[in-house]
Amino acid sequence: MSYKAALRVWRGDDGQGTLADYTVEVNDGEVVLDVLHRLQATQANDLAIRWNCKAGKCGSCSMEINGRPRLACMTRMSVFGEDETLTITPLRTFPVIRDLVTDVSFNYEKAREIPSFTPDPAIGLGEFRMQQVDVNRSQEFRKCIECYLCQNTCHVIRDHPENERAFAGPRFLMRVAELEMHPADEADRREIAQDDFGLGYCNITKCCTEVCPEGIKITDNALIPMKERVMSRKYDPLVWLGSKISRRPHHDTPAVPGKKQ
Amino acid sequence: MSDTDIERLSYDVVVIGAGGSGLRAAIEARQAGKKTAVISKSLFGKAHTVMAEGGCAASMGNANPNDNWQVHYRDTMRGGKFLNNWRMAELHAKEAPERVWELEAWGALFDRTKEGKISQRNFGGHEYPRLAHVGDRTGLEIIRTLQQRVVALQQQDAIDHGDPEAMLKVFAETTVTRLLLDGGQVAGAFGYVRGSGDFLLFEAPAVVLATGGIGKSYKVTSNSWEYTGDGHALALLAGASLLNMEFVQLHPTGMIWPPSVKGILVTESVRGDGGVLRNSEGKRFMFNYVPDVFRAQYAETEDEADRWYTDPDHNRRPPELLPRDEVARSINSEVKEGRGTEHGGVFLDIASRRPADYILQRLPSMYHQFKELADVDITKEPMEIGPTCHYVMGGVEVDPDSQASSVPGLYAAGEVSGGMHGSNRLGGNSLSDLLVFGRRAGQSAAQHVDEVETAGRPQVSQADVDAAVAEALAPLERSGGENPYEVHAALQQLMTDQVGLIRTEDELKSALTELEKLRARAAQVSVQGGRAYNPGWHLAQDLRNMLLVSDCIAQSALERQESRGGHTRSDYPEMSPEWRKVNLVCTLHGETATLARQPMIAMRPDLLGLFEVSELKKYLTEAELPISAAAAPEETR
Repeated sequence: MSYKAALRVWRGDDGQGTLADYTVEVNDGEVVLDVLHRLQATQANDLAIRWNCKAGKCGSCSMEINGRPRLACMTRMSVFGEDETLTITPLRTFPVIRDLVTDVSFNYEKAREIPSFTPDPAIGLGEFRMQQVDVNRSQEFRKCIECYLCQNTCHVIRDHPENERAFAGPRFLMRVAELEMHPADEADRREIAQDDFGLGYCNITKCCTEVCPEGIKITDNALIPMKERVMSRKYDPLVWLGSKISRRPHHDTPAVPGKKQ
Repeated sequence: MSDTDIERLSYDVVVIGAGGSGLRAAIEARQAGKKTAVISKSLFGKAHTVMAEGGCAASMGNANPNDNWQVHYRDTMRGGKFLNNWRMAELHAKEAPERVWELEAWGALFDRTKEGKISQRNFGGHEYPRLAHVGDRTGLEIIRTLQQRVVALQQQDAIDHGDPEAMLKVFAETTVTRLLLDGGQVAGAFGYVRGSGDFLLFEAPAVVLATGGIGKSYKVTSNSWEYTGDGHALALLAGASLLNMEFVQLHPTGMIWPPSVKGILVTESVRGDGGVLRNSEGKRFMFNYVPDVFRAQYAETEDEADRWYTDPDHNRRPPELLPRDEVARSINSEVKEGRGTEHGGVFLDIASRRPADYILQRLPSMYHQFKELADVDITKEPMEIGPTCHYVMGGVEVDPDSQASSVPGLYAAGEVSGGMHGSNRLGGNSLSDLLVFGRRAGQSAAQHVDEVETAGRPQVSQADVDAAVAEALAPLERSGGENPYEVHAALQQLMTDQVGLIRTEDELKSALTELEKLRARAAQVSVQGGRAYNPGWHLAQDLRNMLLVSDCIAQSALERQESRGGHTRSDYPEMSPEWRKVNLVCTLHGETATLARQPMIAMRPDLLGLFEVSELKKYLTEAELPISAAAAPEETR
C-alpha cells in the first residue's frame, strides 16, 4: 500500500526561509522520518535533517509536525489522513541552523550550570548499596533522551526568550530533581533550584509532560515534588530564622558552576 | 569564511568519536592532565552507544557468587570461537567490574539486587547472570553518565582555569576526513563542522579512534547513520592495519515488519528474561541447532531449559541463549526451509511465558518500540524477528595492553578496534569493552604525549592540508555526476546480497568486481547545495570510508575458507583448527587494500589451563594442545 503525501517543509537558514511544497511517496508502516529521507534522497539532496538512531532512543530528530513538537522517527504516517498536508518545521524555540536543524546549544550550557553528582567521597568502588525502591524515582528521570521537546514547548522560554538566562527549563529542573532524589547524592540543590534555575517560573501547565516521547511525568514526579522541597527549605520559619542568625550560606548548597560568587 | 580558510587548533590528545569508548578515553586523558578534544559526528550524548539495550558484562558476582574473571574469560573465548586476542579478553574480564563500579561513583543508577548491589541479568553465552543493566536502556545510562562526568570535569576546569573548555572540549557535529602524519607519526586530524561546513585542523601528537562500526554498508542493520566505518578507513589511510574484517555479527533478533523498521534491534534480554524462538509451526526450533562444541552446556529438552531460569546450578541453559552467530544462522535455516513467518522471519515469544507486568518492568522500551512502530503488544502477541547487521568484530589491529596501532600516536578503542571479540562478540561484552579499552587508550595516548614532548611534536605539512581540503571539496565542485544516495543504496544492496550472513566464493568474487565499479561511481558523485549542514555532501565523504571497509570485508571473507562466528561460507561449512591459527590483516597500498596472513600468537599456558583439554580439542590443532595432554591417550585423562 502506498500513496503520495503532500508535504510543506521549512527550507532556509536563520533569518530567512520559506515553506516548500513537495509530493513524496509513502509506504505502509512508515514514519515521518522515512518520508523525509525519501524526499532527501530523491528530490532535495541537501535537505538538512538531524537524526541518528531512528528508534526513539537518541532524541535527535525533534521537529514540529503540524505545529506539534514530535520525534520524526516515532511519528507514524498513519496518524495523519492520506489527503492531509503535513507541515514540517524546525523547533521554534531554538535558532535555525538550516532547514529542520536548530542550534540547541542553550541546553548544553544549562546542563553545565547544574552542580554534578556529589557522593560521599569515603564510599569505595563497588561499595554503594541502594534499594531498587529508592532508585526508581531518579531512574524515571534518567530515561530522558534529551530530545529537548520539553524545552522547546515550555512557554516560559518559547514565548519569552528574555527568560532564557534565568530559567533552566523542564529538562534541567528535572535533572536537579533527579540528583536531589538520588539516594547517594549529598548536595542540597533546593535553594539554587529556585534562585538560579528558575523553578518558580514553572506554573505547572504540564505541556512538557504532554510532549515527552518517553512518557516521563516531568511535572507530577519531578517539578511539583521539587517545588515542595524548595518550600520546606526556603520558607520553613525555623530554617529561615537559623539562616538569619548564623548569617552564613547553607554549607551543603553547592556553588552554581560558572556563576560569580 | 572562504573555501580555504581553516581554523587551526592545538591539543595534546584528539579523540575521534563520542560514544562510550571515546568519552571514556577522553575522560582518562583529561584526568592525566592532557588538553583533550572529543570530536562527535552527532550532538554530544547521541552516539550509537545509546542504542545498546541489554547490559554491560562484568563478573561482579552479585547475582551468582561463583562468577569471576576466569569464567567470564572462558565465555568470551568460547563466544569468539577462540579467535580472540586472548590478552585483550583477559584484560577485559579482569577490569570490567571496576569500570562498572566507577560509573556508579559518577552517578549511574543501575537496577539493584535485594542486597542493594548492582543487579545482573542472563545473556547469550554467559554462564552466570552477568550483565549490569537499567531495564533495557543500559547504553543510554552509560553514555549519559560519561557525558555528565565530562561536564563535571569541565565544571572543575571552569574553577581552575576560568574556562570550562580549557582542558576538555567536545566538538559536536564535526567529522574528521583525514589523519595527518609527520614522518609516519600522528601529527593531527583534518575535518569539517557539519553545521557550517567550516574546516578544522587539529594539531595533536596523539589520536584515539573511537568511531564504532560499519553497519551502514548494509541494507538491514541496527546501526545508525554514523556507522560508516570512518575510523577503520582513517586508520587504513594513515598506514595502520585492519584485523579479521570478515567477521560481521548479525544480531539474530531485529524487527522485520513493517518494512520501514526492518533492522531495528530487539534486545537479547527478551531471551535472557524467558522469551523463546518459535517457527511458523509453533516449534521451539533452537533445540535442533546446538553445535557440538556447545552441547555440554545447553539443555536438550524444553523442561530442562525452563527449569534453568529458576535453578541454573542443576540444569543446562536454554539453546535460545547460544551465542548470536549460532542463533542467527538457525533462524536463517528455518526460514530457508519454509518454516518462517509471513514476513520472512520467526517468532520471538515472551507473551505466553511471562506475566504482562514482568515484561513491562524488564523490557519497557521493547514494549514501547513494538507498540509505537508495529502496533504489536508484546505482552499479548509474539514478535516477528529476523537477523540484522549489528556489529563488526574486525577492526584496527592494536597492541592489547596499550591499544596502540602500528602508526605511532594512533590508538583505537571499542568497536573500531579488532581482536577482543574474535569471530563473534557475546552480548553485553561491548559496553564493557568500551569502558575497559577506552580507559586504556586514553591512558596510553596521554603517555605518548609525554614521550614525544622531549623530541618535539610532529608537524602537519601544508601540502597534506591542501590535499585534504581538495578531497573534501571535490564532490561540491563536480557537476552532473551521480547522486551519492544512489551509490550508497547500491552498496548496501550489494553487501547484503553477496557479503551477508551466508557467503560463497562465487558471490564474493562478484562482489569484489562490483565494489570496484562502485568505487569508480563514488569518485564521480556530485552534490547540490552548499557546505552548510548539507547531508548530501556529508554522505559523499562517508562513501569513501564505506567502500574501503567493504572491500576489506569482502577480500577477507573470500580468503578465509572456513565457517566461524560471524563468517559463514556455504562452500566451507566447517570450522577448521588450522584456520584458527590465522589472522587476516588488511593494509592499504596506494589506493587498494591488500590482504596478508599473520600467525595467531599462542595462548599463555595459565590461560590455556582454564579450559578442559576435551574442550580445547574442538578448537585447537593437536600441536597446540598442552604437551602432557596431547601426548596422553584419551582414556587416562
